[in-house]
Amino acid sequence: MRKKVKAPRRKGHWLVNLILGIICVVWFIPTLGLLISSVRPAADILQTGWWTVIPHRQWDTVSQIKLDRETDLRKPIQVNGQTFQDDQLKAGVEVGDQRLIWENRRARTVNVQEKKWGASTNFTLQNYETVLGGKEYKITQPDGTVQTEQGSGMGRSFWNTIAVVVPSTVIPIFIASFAAYAFAWLKFKGRKAFFIVVIALLVVPLQVALIPILRDYTALGLNGTYFGIWMAHTAFGLPLITYFMYNSISQLPKDLFESAFMDGASNFTIFSKLILPLSVPALASICIFQFLWVWNDYLVSLIFLGSQPEVQVLSMSIANLVGSRGNDWHLLTAAAFVSMLTPLAVFFALQKYFVRGLLGGSVKG
Amino acid sequence: MDAGNEINVRSKQRFTPRLILLSILVPALNLGVHTLIFLFFRDSGLPPVLNALLAVIWGIFGIYSIYFTLNWVVEQYPDKWKERVTPYVFVGPAVLLLGWLLFLPTLRTLYLSFFNADSTKFVGLANFGAVFTDRLLLTALRNNLMWVVIGTLACVILGLLVAVLADRSSFERLAKAIVFMPMAISFVAAGVIWKFIYYYQPGDEQIGLLNAIIIQLGFQPQGWLSMVQPWNNLFLIVILVWMQTGFAMVIFSAAIKGIPEDMLEAARMDGAGEIRIFFKIMLPVISGTVLAVTTTIIVFTLKIFDVVMIMTGGQYGTEVVATEFYRQLFMYQNAGYGSTLAIVLLIAVIPVIILNVRQLQKGGNL
Repeated sequence: MRKKVKAPRRKGHWLVNLILGIICVVWFIPTLGLLISSVRPAADILQTGWWTVIPHRQWDTVSQIKLDRETDLRKPIQVNGQTFQDDQLKAGVEVGDQRLIWENRRARTVNVQEKKWGASTNFTLQNYETVLGGKEYKITQPDGTVQTEQGSGMGRSFWNTIAVVVPSTVIPIFIASFAAYAFAWLKFKGRKAFFIVVIALLVVPLQVALIPILRDYTALGLNGTYFGIWMAHTAFGLPLITYFMYNSISQLPKDLFESAFMDGASNFTIFSKLILPLSVPALASICIFQFLWVWNDYLVSLIFLGSQPEVQVLSMSIANLVGSRGNDWHLLTAAAFVSMLTPLAVFFALQKYFVRGLLGGSVKG
Repeated sequence: MDAGNEINVRSKQRFTPRLILLSILVPALNLGVHTLIFLFFRDSGLPPVLNALLAVIWGIFGIYSIYFTLNWVVEQYPDKWKERVTPYVFVGPAVLLLGWLLFLPTLRTLYLSFFNADSTKFVGLANFGAVFTDRLLLTALRNNLMWVVIGTLACVILGLLVAVLADRSSFERLAKAIVFMPMAISFVAAGVIWKFIYYYQPGDEQIGLLNAIIIQLGFQPQGWLSMVQPWNNLFLIVILVWMQTGFAMVIFSAAIKGIPEDMLEAARMDGAGEIRIFFKIMLPVISGTVLAVTTTIIVFTLKIFDVVMIMTGGQYGTEVVATEFYRQLFMYQNAGYGSTLAIVLLIAVIPVIILNVRQLQKGGNL
């Protein structure tokens, strides 16, 4: 449809590239840290920063010194002819280009370390197994003890999320497109008034609606059901989607409908055979947005789904993890990454529709 | 089928009892079938995968079937009626849903805000008085203001900057993908990411990125999220900026690409510098888009909830209106305060509504 003659812009000034490059690096680092952390063993995460997987100079143990079994730890300690305090050895003391540090105080062994290039490249998928499976897992700690951990069963919430998100994306887009078509091309009483109300509702914060809806839902038995949350997401998304679709549909050429009408097509046929196919770019971009919003929603799910595990969605199960096991970084990071995978995949797959769809809506020309 | 003939016959048709029956029966049947399916899902103990799959199918085909059957009934009407009723079939569901779940609730919340905690006694404006004097709620209001002003400004400015830079860079697609990516991440997951960045272990090896950097620079590690005002709030706002700049950037970028190239070329010919071109030509042309994006982000920021809830739970003076609303409603069971807070939010966005309706009228969209 759209034919765009694009004159070549001036590209690639080094200063532009440099500033943009810095912004990109800053923007990317948080996600990178999450990804790296999520594949590191639990003990490693808590002992070293995730950036240690990048090669850097670090202390590496080259040998061990075994001290006399009778060494008194409260007195100065003799190591290789030099005397140190216990505290010094605890923190590590540098001798020449080497460092001495306790390996095991009970066994009286001291590590001799040297600075070497290295990277902690100890990766594992166990975090993901634990998070997805919801079974009990045994994790071997570095000191040899075995700890049993309860996984969080994100598999179940993944499917719940799918059941919530897909209809919550399709239904409002469907309803909004019909409404937008009517607002744009059909004559009826109250058209302008209805449309102004829809636009005004665009900025109503959803908190305003929560208490009454919750009461209605409790009365109707809709709390904790898929249908209830579909309706909630639909209503909260409708104003914006209707507005977007109106922008796109109202810009279609008028003669298109007139000739179709002449041929005896009904409004329903025109809508489904003409309007929908022509609005694909707009539909795609609004689809991605609504999908991302619903997928990432926390407040609406929290209120209308409650906290029963059968209907819990991903954002809720991670929030629970954060609350109950705030320092289990191996579980948190893996869980967060699991919840990001689908929206990221959708985003990268449909990325090219963004600009096209949004251009169709917001920019004329 | 002879279409022309049919229309002729139709226009002479009257409203028969059959049509009236259909008009009642078909919606009733729809309601009945969907209620049955709803009950089936509510009480079924299906395995998660199957359950999700069937729910998705029901959701998609359900909505189509409703429109299809309603439209089919209207198609049977005489022409004059058909023309009159069809628009209402098209906008009806949208209007009904918005009425039930947004418009009426807003009025009801306004009504509730004049009542006490369990909505049994009329208290007039007492709740509003309380909201504006309660120290906790005042903090929430102040924090929300901070979120809106700083967060929105930062998102819009950075979004513009990235959009303009990306337009001239040699790696436009990659840069846009990177900056936009956080949009695809939920606030909850972002909370995990940033909690890890701000993480503070007293006296131990620091595994949080920010503290590691601070140590490298020779400072003491900090507990960033429990710091004094307003610093911890700013650290939370950074998360919003990280996530929402991409949204602003995508839309600005589309608008900038819509500016005719010859307009910019002409200005360059006249010897205008790039910065001058940006302020004198680009910005005025895309001002409508800037307003739209600013509105969206303001509204979004006003109801900010997830970040604060996940990161601090509203402790250390980081509470915002939405978290206080949640707390009043669900922890203190105080529907009066909860409603009042929601109404205060609504009042805060009214100027934004007016500004937008005006803009729409100016643009001839209304």
